[in-house]
Amino acid sequence: MAEVSLHNISKSFGKTVAVADMTMTIPDGAFVVLLGPTGAGKTTTLRLISGLEKLDQGRIQIGGRDVAQETPAQRDVAMVFQQYSLYPHLSVRDNLAFPLRSPILKTPEDLITQKVQKIAEILQIPHKLDNKATELSGGEMQRVSIGRALVRDPAIYLMDEPLSSLDAKLRADLRVELKRIHADLGSTLLYVTHDQIEAMTMASHIGVLEEGRLVQYGTPKEIYEDPCSVYVASRLGLPRINILPAGLFPGTHKGPQIGLRPENIRQGTGAEATVIRAEHLGDHTRLHLTMQGHAITTLTDPHVDYAPNTTLQISPENPLYFDAHGARVH
Amino acid sequence: MAQIVIKNLKKQFGAFTAVRESSFTIEDGEFFMLLGPSGCGKTTTLRMIAGLELPTSGEIFLDGEEISQRPPSERDIAFVFQMFALYPHMNVGRNISYPLISQGMPRTQVKAKVAEVAKILGIEDILNRPVGGLSGGDRQRVALGRAIVREPKAFMMDEPLGALDAEFREHMAEELRALHDRMGATTVYVTHDQLEAMQMGDKIVVMNNAVVEQFGTPQEIYDKPATMFVADFIGSPSMNFLPFDGAVDEGARAVTLGAANCAVPQSREGFEGQMALGVRPEHITLSDTGAVRAEVIAAEYLGTTQIVTLKTDRGDVKARISSQQTARMGETLGLDFAPSTITLFDRGSGRALKSELNEGVLHG
Repeated sequence: MAEVSLHNISKSFGKTVAVADMTMTIPDGAFVVLLGPTGAGKTTTLRLISGLEKLDQGRIQIGGRDVAQETPAQRDVAMVFQQYSLYPHLSVRDNLAFPLRSPILKTPEDLITQKVQKIAEILQIPHKLDNKATELSGGEMQRVSIGRALVRDPAIYLMDEPLSSLDAKLRADLRVELKRIHADLGSTLLYVTHDQIEAMTMASHIGVLEEGRLVQYGTPKEIYEDPCSVYVASRLGLPRINILPAGLFPGTHKGPQIGLRPENIRQGTGAEATVIRAEHLGDHTRLHLTMQGHAITTLTDPHVDYAPNTTLQISPENPLYFDAHGARVH
Repeated sequence: MAQIVIKNLKKQFGAFTAVRESSFTIEDGEFFMLLGPSGCGKTTTLRMIAGLELPTSGEIFLDGEEISQRPPSERDIAFVFQMFALYPHMNVGRNISYPLISQGMPRTQVKAKVAEVAKILGIEDILNRPVGGLSGGDRQRVALGRAIVREPKAFMMDEPLGALDAEFREHMAEELRALHDRMGATTVYVTHDQLEAMQMGDKIVVMNNAVVEQFGTPQEIYDKPATMFVADFIGSPSMNFLPFDGAVDEGARAVTLGAANCAVPQSREGFEGQMALGVRPEHITLSDTGAVRAEVIAAEYLGTTQIVTLKTDRGDVKARISSQQTARMGETLGLDFAPSTITLFDRGSGRALKSELNEGVLHG
């Protein structure tokens, strides 16, 4: 395991800038999640670290050594892709052992047996070791493909949306499992996703990407509670943060735009808003309001009924302020 | 606009039963959800209402008229599919006007009608565009427009948002619901996504294995599940089940789980045997004194709340608590359950036992 650092790295494809002057340190043993929408440069960053793409500019260090001249194999990284590509003709055991049998590693066969057994236990699939890879469910296949990366002991694991092709229940289980595996192995992990739940629940650090630039880097709590811009604030939190003209609410404001998370709107006093619709989601109710033509979403008690067109008084609680361009104002 | 009554509706394909005697009522103007996992019979039910399948037995009443054996064209129902099939060689306006022209409506009237629908959907500016280059959302709007323009008695929608990505889907769900609120047309909507059903529906029918498991408002189904299947299918994370064996007397206000005594809503029926205590994640509190002991094995940060996974001698339990509260990995503590929210189940049949919480909701 090792620290990985990126120094001012850039990469363009023709006129499209995929990664722009990115500097970031992934500490030894950290679980770093790169979060951003499609096209933000997440996957390109992974591919630059693994050596599948060549840098235009900047430096990448893995365990203190500059890897610019190294091939992907020499860089000592393990990658897990979104599409689990297992060898269909091999058993689960042989799929897991495959990377260890690579001619570069020359692992002795008894050590392979030992490692495969250990990883199978971590992934809770020891009873499936002799199944053909095609005789597994989707979740099991994805676990095997993650396992194939884990049997090695690389400097860093790179994972590209490994859970996105699975259904919601399985994804929830594997989130917990992946976090546990990370804690057990103490490995360094860089994980790419556009799913904010994955980022919040698993990461020790989140890097938020916007059009190839790293716009904020911190713990999930820092990113959620202390975002540096409207863009970052909108990446975490469901329903999304309400961004409104500050002048809608009485009083003095630190900036022209106010950001209110749905849970940070108090009812009872303040400015008038009209109920559009209440959505009963069971554990909480989402209330859609309108205030002088602006849509607002807030959360409320599940057992209170709000008829459409009811008028409520609402006021901000712990508001965030932003300037006209969306940058945070403190 | 119409009320739809389904009575003992059944459908068999050879030896396979797709829908077993189902009965429920869709009130005039309701946004009604048919929810269940794939293969549960929800799409077959929808297709029978629309007339695309004929029932093996049972009745369907549309505004009091029995229509189950009529061809689709005589039912005055519009269908919106997941794969919005637009005519590729016609522009947006022509696609929307097609059903009216084929009915023989005069041109000036068609033009007014299309303009009105385009305004409702906010697509006035693309009426002259070919459908080929449209975004997924606009294609979906055009497909809706073609259904709305006929002013049918009811709309049938089969996972219309299933093909869209998550963020856009959320947006379209809101738009669709807002459209419904403006038009007030009876809508029957099929989905396997419990969140979508809770979010959009006035009422939900939960189906499993060709059977209607429960029928009610979203909050009612969430708070008072009729079966373990419903309790597990609705909510994320789903309801926790703590298995225990023993007896409950009619009128009891507590049950015993090993060494722990748990208060429950007053029982309305006696039961003896294998049971499960069902409790939702947000109704669990962590304390030093709680009677059910548990070890923290995972915590997932979600902003204001966090989901804590706890290991008990009755299996893993998930609790939703405030992020301000700390849950240390490996720590052992006690669990308290909000008494008034608990449902007891017969583990053999999965049926909820009657109590003061759910009486009046559960039938038979």
